[in-house]
Amino acid sequence: MNHEAITHEHSGAGAALAHPHGAGGHHHVHEHHEQHFIWKYIFSQDHKVISKQFLITGIIWAVIGALFSVFFRLQLGFPDSTFPIMEKVLGEWAKGGKLSPEFYYALVTMHGTILVFFVLTAGLSGTFANLLIPLQVGARDMASPFMNMLSYWFFFLSSICMLVSLFIETGPASGGWTTYPPLSALKDASMGSGVGMDLWLTGMALFVVSSLLGGLNYIATVLNMRTKGMTMTRLPLTVWALLFTAVLGVLSFPVLFSGFVLLIFDRNFGTSFYLSEIFINGKALPNIGGSAILYQHLFWFLGHPEVYIIMLPGMGMASEVLSNNSRKPIFGYFAMIISMVGITLLAFVVWAHHMFVTGMSPFLGSIFVLLTLLIAVPSAVKVFNWLTTMWRGNIRFNVQMCFAIGFVSLFISGGLTGLFLGNSAIDIHLHDTMFVVAHFHIVMGVSAFFGMFAGVYHWFPKMFGRYMNNTLGYLHFFLTIAGAYLIFWPMHYEGVAGMPRRYYDISAWESFKHFQPINVFISIVTVVVFFAQLLFVVNFFFSIFRGRKVMTQNPWGSPSLEWTTPINPGHGNWEGEIPEVYRWPYDYKDDGHGHDFIAQTTPLAPGEESH
Amino acid sequence: MSGLVIVILVALVFIVIYQIGKSSEHAGVIRGEELISKKTNKTIAWLFVVVFLLGLYGIWVCNEYFVGKLLPVAACKTGENYDKMFQVTLIVTGLVFLATQIVLIYFAFKYQSSEKRKSSFYFSHDNRLEVIWTTIPAIAMTILVVIGLKNWFEVTAPAPDNAMVVEIVGKQFNWIVRYPGQDKELGIRDFRKINDANNVLGLDWSDPHNHDDIITQGEMHLVVNRPVKLIIGSRDVIHDVGLPHFRMKMDAVPGITTTLQFTPTITSDSMKLITGNQNFVYEIACDQLCGKGHYSMRGTIIVETQAQYDAWTAKQQSYYAQNNPDAKPTQTEAAPATGAGDSKKADEKAAGKSVTMKQ
Repeated sequence: MNHEAITHEHSGAGAALAHPHGAGGHHHVHEHHEQHFIWKYIFSQDHKVISKQFLITGIIWAVIGALFSVFFRLQLGFPDSTFPIMEKVLGEWAKGGKLSPEFYYALVTMHGTILVFFVLTAGLSGTFANLLIPLQVGARDMASPFMNMLSYWFFFLSSICMLVSLFIETGPASGGWTTYPPLSALKDASMGSGVGMDLWLTGMALFVVSSLLGGLNYIATVLNMRTKGMTMTRLPLTVWALLFTAVLGVLSFPVLFSGFVLLIFDRNFGTSFYLSEIFINGKALPNIGGSAILYQHLFWFLGHPEVYIIMLPGMGMASEVLSNNSRKPIFGYFAMIISMVGITLLAFVVWAHHMFVTGMSPFLGSIFVLLTLLIAVPSAVKVFNWLTTMWRGNIRFNVQMCFAIGFVSLFISGGLTGLFLGNSAIDIHLHDTMFVVAHFHIVMGVSAFFGMFAGVYHWFPKMFGRYMNNTLGYLHFFLTIAGAYLIFWPMHYEGVAGMPRRYYDISAWESFKHFQPINVFISIVTVVVFFAQLLFVVNFFFSIFRGRKVMTQNPWGSPSLEWTTPINPGHGNWEGEIPEVYRWPYDYKDDGHGHDFIAQTTPLAPGEESH
Repeated sequence: MSGLVIVILVALVFIVIYQIGKSSEHAGVIRGEELISKKTNKTIAWLFVVVFLLGLYGIWVCNEYFVGKLLPVAACKTGENYDKMFQVTLIVTGLVFLATQIVLIYFAFKYQSSEKRKSSFYFSHDNRLEVIWTTIPAIAMTILVVIGLKNWFEVTAPAPDNAMVVEIVGKQFNWIVRYPGQDKELGIRDFRKINDANNVLGLDWSDPHNHDDIITQGEMHLVVNRPVKLIIGSRDVIHDVGLPHFRMKMDAVPGITTTLQFTPTITSDSMKLITGNQNFVYEIACDQLCGKGHYSMRGTIIVETQAQYDAWTAKQQSYYAQNNPDAKPTQTEAAPATGAGDSKKADEKAAGKSVTMKQ
């Protein structure tokens, strides 16, 4: 769609916006009118500001979530020691410097919830879908900037709910990030199933609202607001990946929402959707006929696509960064898109591989084995395409490239262990052991984070007009990749030996107690890696204000559209008309003027064939 | 005070690192406008190789460390198949792992930025390659699925008719085990009849099959080379009967009955010899987060010969007899009493026996 007609010669922050469907009603800000601080930075409708809001909120959550993992790793590594500093931070929950089991489980639960939803969903898609979709498709803003703003503020409300739950007397939810009923449904079953669980459910419901508002906007923008010449097959893979991410979210989050609503009913209004034949705390409950397994179906119907909601943006950004820094087109552009279509479709029909040992019909299980292992095929195609992209390239090892290579390495490692877990006959032993923890942390934890880091280092100049510090970046990268493997590699062995996950203390177990030295090792590395992440945080915030200034419009020599905007683009992104696009975003070839790439906005030379 | 010192120290370290980073950047700016110098590019390329080689060495060290620390031989037939299948999957994935990681690092190093490669190599797609690397993983997956499903249907097959039936029920935070007794049938139970004092499983005393049922807590006795069918249930939240030595597990879900079947092939005593560990014991680990005591929800299995098992059974008093001393003085024969008059006198012997759990 072409919006040039609506644009004028405005410049600077108050530029007129080109969104005829804008719901806010107060956008047509006049040319030289400075917006009030509140409207410019807080209740902003500029996609770039919203993107920064998501990113910074995500970083704050990531630090909290990571700190929780340090606390519970200290318990796992040193169950007999006390850490007075923990009592200072956690108070009653770590009396005498030792975590109580209840709070251990609360920390584990909140670590998972925070990292999966608040950081790797909102912090990741929220940041990059907002930043990149309008900039890379050539739009002045999202389809509905107002909805976009609401999306952030619902996320903010949801964050407040979760944060509050950390401070109540009975503690936050403690039934695991999956919050399976009846444990999460019955106040008598666990301390965290009290008010903490109500806040968790409220927070998550708000989160779903935020995610849907954002997702619908991303889809609408990609489909309707591309600039002239920007056909779907000229979109960067980041936009494709973010589009599929949004589709996954929009179709699966409502199912999760329904699961939560039923759980709220079971908890508060005496229904029996998930409850049946329960005797707890000395009395038999009246509920009969519900199925605890129903919740798991509803949960994993989102829960599995969620894995790809987390992975796809990283895949898109890694594709972009690998191609850009190999100074070579991404290999197999169409194969990449088709494999993402495959992943998106299959993501909806593999959820029950999380439930092989719930007693489901073995026949049904076998179907899910087949579909699950099928997902390895498009994933493998992506890996081979990335490798071939690097082949005969001219590789520039800036920090984002390091993270993109790390992303591929971790994606391979974590993906391969998925072949064990997706095969029910192996899962029946490995299910819910440390092997699972190692698997998903490598693939959707660290790997997704690497995609995110690659994105932050790559687009930081676009966000803030400055660079992040390279030396700190390299240090951050090597400490993190080494640390990630040191933490999670040995964890696989514990799982192979059958050691269950979520154990507060293994010393009473004849089969597992000899793994204590490994737990000590993992815990020490965790603390080191935690501090290495603070290097990133310090680098990020210092660089916003003190980083080296960007002097050229296109610092990475990238053909895609976001680098045709001014170094510090105002609201509306382009001064003057939105540029027209003539070619695909991976034209890394000699342009005849000493550059090794041709921007998307360069018309085809006579006789030149479009990709 | 010491906390404050640590905080200050950490902050100082960060400032030092930041300053180093900052100054190296200034040096870069002075040297020229390039974002990354050629030297840095080369250094990072080498670092990738070094870190990768250290990683491979680390994997070897890790493997060496864990030799003999993992589980002993599988104690049932399906477990042996599991181990074989795990090996096959490990070899397939291990080869792919090595090949792809080596290629990744090799390409990164080999194709690092170079003056000689001024014009980049334009190679954007090749459908033959895509077909090849779609087909090969598809074939590999087919093989893994076929092996997997063959084993899966073996593990989940119905138990043979001669299997002994044992019920295991989870509760926060313990396992309750019930044997059918001489009539070889488990009686009806009803969660509304549960009473922690004298009826932990809610056995319906009006069902005569219940009168000879034996109940133990935290410990299960099985007979070597005799198929067993576990009837799995839960009293409160979801638990999971995890049997690492038999390479299987199954959820215990309130309101739903699940099952597992296997044939233990190695007695506990033989396993002590195999592992050289006098304390060896088959453990039942709860594998589904079930509350604050989840990590302590431990049960044990004693696999013994038929003779040992018979001797053990002979010593057991039925749960009915334990809790209804008036109804029957000794073990049940076959004909039960009315069952209506189940005494409410709490028998502390059964109820107070909280086996390993710290509540």
